[in-house]
Amino acid sequence: MSDRRIRILLAKPGLDGHDRGARVLARCFRDAGFEVIYTGCHQTPEQIASAAVQEDVDVVGLSCLSGAHKYLFPQVAKLLQDEGAGDIMVIGGGIIPDQDMQALYEAGLKAIFTPGATLDSLVEWINTNVKPRA
Amino acid sequence: MKELGKKVLAGDIRAASRLIRNLEDQIPETNIAMREIFAHTGNSHVIGITGAPGAGKSTLTDELIDAYRKKDKTVGVLAVDPTSPFTGGALLGDRIRMLRHAEDKGVFVRSLATRGAMGGISKAVGEGIHVMDVLKKDKIIVETVGVGQQEVEIINHAHTVIVVLVPGMGDEIQALKAGLMEIADIFVINKADRDGAGKLYKETLNMVKMSKDMGDNGSWTIPVLLVENVLEPNKFAESVKALSDKIDEHYQYLVDNNLLSERMRRKTAAEVNEALWGNILQPVLSDLHSQGEMEKMVDKVLSRQTDPYTLAEEIASRYIKKQA
Repeated sequence: MSDRRIRILLAKPGLDGHDRGARVLARCFRDAGFEVIYTGCHQTPEQIASAAVQEDVDVVGLSCLSGAHKYLFPQVAKLLQDEGAGDIMVIGGGIIPDQDMQALYEAGLKAIFTPGATLDSLVEWINTNVKPRA
Repeated sequence: MKELGKKVLAGDIRAASRLIRNLEDQIPETNIAMREIFAHTGNSHVIGITGAPGAGKSTLTDELIDAYRKKDKTVGVLAVDPTSPFTGGALLGDRIRMLRHAEDKGVFVRSLATRGAMGGISKAVGEGIHVMDVLKKDKIIVETVGVGQQEVEIINHAHTVIVVLVPGMGDEIQALKAGLMEIADIFVINKADRDGAGKLYKETLNMVKMSKDMGDNGSWTIPVLLVENVLEPNKFAESVKALSDKIDEHYQYLVDNNLLSERMRRKTAAEVNEALWGNILQPVLSDLHSQGEMEKMVDKVLSRQTDPYTLAEEIASRYIKKQA
């Protein structure tokens, strides 16, 4: 009786200690039936990519409120590619200005959520777009 | 999928992590990969760390990884946290204490959810240990969920069991109780700078002495180690280094006294049991579920048309053909 569960790694890259939002998401995803690996603040893209591979997650969710998303988010996506783990989806959230969106999508981000996004909309996005890999 | 076993044997982290996931998800073909790797297992020293929620298991594990890396040992960690009985989801937060090792190729940390298992670990832990073993990790640390008195399944998997105690959890009668307090090869009294640590230390020593007088544990005297003040990094590192020395001493004791095979036998028996369970009961349950019969049976029992015992007998006689 196989039982695939969606696994998500949540991380806050860079110099940013504001993780209330990320904690709320961790709890929300837990309640949605996902397995959430919560890794907290102050991480390098290298640490995040390495953890994502070790944990065999389907999705990496990055939160950034510091303004450094244009470097940090693409870097995580690139490192995953380099490790042959480009199939792990990277999504992001935080204070992201509209004019940065295009560049992030081009760098491989699959979705960006900004203030005002509802918890339900995130869970729905994941349930629609993420199929636990066989 | 087919190549998973070979890739793991070649040291591929991605494949290893996938294999552990397939074990967790109980993907039937996982047996193929496990068969391939099984012959290459049995070389690592498996260390179990257990204790109450918030006792400091993850923080100790983090420092222990450091101590072993300084001894030039590679380390695998299987860290278990609970699955929600309501939603099936889980928040796996042990890794947050071990971030500094994320880029060290000699360390592989994997978080697991219990998925309904009640013994303090998850069903995939036993086989997850084999996967880490094949990756040539010298030390494999299994961190259980925060446990109470009774979740002792770690003894089926670890060669050396560390029970982490903290002050303020009860009087000396608690120390005499069966269960968790019986399984330690080493006791750690963590947060030993807190009130009540001295009393707990004495009580634990007394308990250990009593066990010794009653002839338990052979010639191994269970050490009781004090670990204090995580806020003073050097002091903390020093006491965890001492813990790692004790752990190694225990391993040597097992080897010198031919006790390692006894422990491995316990694990092997549990594994055979598990495999039989998986091959005999699991297909029956799957069948009953997919036919929708499980629901009907529950309804019948709920409305008192029958009882679980009669039902089980009926099902058994339908599926099991007794050999003459």
